[in-house]
Amino acid sequence: MVRIRNLHFGYARRHPLFQNLNLSLDRGHIYGLLGKNGAGKTTLLKNIVGLAFPWAGTCLIDEQPAAARRPQVLEDLFFLPEEVYAPALTAEQFVAHTAGFYPRFSTEQLYEYLQELEVPRGAKLNKFSHGQQKKFMIAFALAANTGLLVLDEPTNGLDIPSKVQFRKILASALSEERCMVISTHQVRDLESLIDTVVVVHNREIVLNEEIDQLAERLTFATGAAAEAPGAFHMGSSVRGPVAIRPNETGAYSRVDLELLFNALTDADAASLYSYLNQPSHASVQ
Amino acid sequence: MEFRDNEAIYLQIAGYVSEKILRQQWPPDDKIPSVRDLASELQVNPNTVMRTYEFLQNQGVVYNKRGIGFFVAPDAGQKVKQMRRARFLQQELPEVFKTIFLLDISLEELEQRYTQFKAEQLASLPISTEIPNGQ
Repeated sequence: MVRIRNLHFGYARRHPLFQNLNLSLDRGHIYGLLGKNGAGKTTLLKNIVGLAFPWAGTCLIDEQPAAARRPQVLEDLFFLPEEVYAPALTAEQFVAHTAGFYPRFSTEQLYEYLQELEVPRGAKLNKFSHGQQKKFMIAFALAANTGLLVLDEPTNGLDIPSKVQFRKILASALSEERCMVISTHQVRDLESLIDTVVVVHNREIVLNEEIDQLAERLTFATGAAAEAPGAFHMGSSVRGPVAIRPNETGAYSRVDLELLFNALTDADAASLYSYLNQPSHASVQ
Repeated sequence: MEFRDNEAIYLQIAGYVSEKILRQQWPPDDKIPSVRDLASELQVNPNTVMRTYEFLQNQGVVYNKRGIGFFVAPDAGQKVKQMRRARFLQQELPEVFKTIFLLDISLEELEQRYTQFKAEQLASLPISTEIPNGQ
């Protein structure tokens, strides 16, 4: 669905944010986009949806350049920024003004989602609290039923029950036809929801791998097993030492996304990086 | 649902489904929740639940009616018990053994406690005598 080839982009000529960046995203998946502050997560999302124009290279949505902003691409795409804009309109008015751009928009779903997220009806959106505004826009984004849904830090500003409801709605909204991309710093909020992790670091994509694949290839060891030689990366937690090692026994261990992220953005990530980028049959079997 | 660290999530969900079947909350030949509904309830990726259902189908615990959904197999209880027993012996028992070994608990004490536990279970659950002990 999304094909990025050799993307070069930056805001200032002397400081390129991306160099030769490549990324493919397919329907039927929920992608979690991780990166350090300033690594360019939001900028990458803007390139994907056509809000930023590549210096060189291509960003395609269904073979169409996103930056061309063709109506048939835009009607099947929804981008929810981290800071939402809520105009002085009621929900009904906002739907009347905006829903027409999305042919598969469902008013019924919107009100169902708003009820589940406990967003009050009747008032103008700009009178809502920040969290309520965000929840309204999340509900609207999901009800638009676009093939591509891009959410930038959707759980920021949500209270605890809203995060639970958000996960429930997102899980029920994924289908074979939809591709969802979520950038986040709160990996724990979305850990069992995303199926593929994408990490942007040092001007390129350093990981784009299904979590199930990662669990097959890596062992997230704790305690004594973490201290044995041969680890790609070591860290510590309240449970004692932790480490990422090649999965040599085939036993399952939960993918610790925080530890994996730290390992990939560490100065000596080279061995883990090359291990993960060699074909998988070379390692486990 | 809180997931443990030492077993794939799709298998833990298979355990959850099996429990429902064993407790007869989902009786034989009844339709089980759709992939979407169970994913939403458990707040997990629907692809994970699909993997669970495919796994349970391969084990003969559920069957698929094309276009309608997944149903509990007539002999699902038996199949689940076989699976559950294998899982207990492979996954859970070694953990229990580790603790028993560390704390130096004798087999006699275990036997005595288990006999008492069994008696209590049978007294409190006269109908579902099958569940705690298998056959």
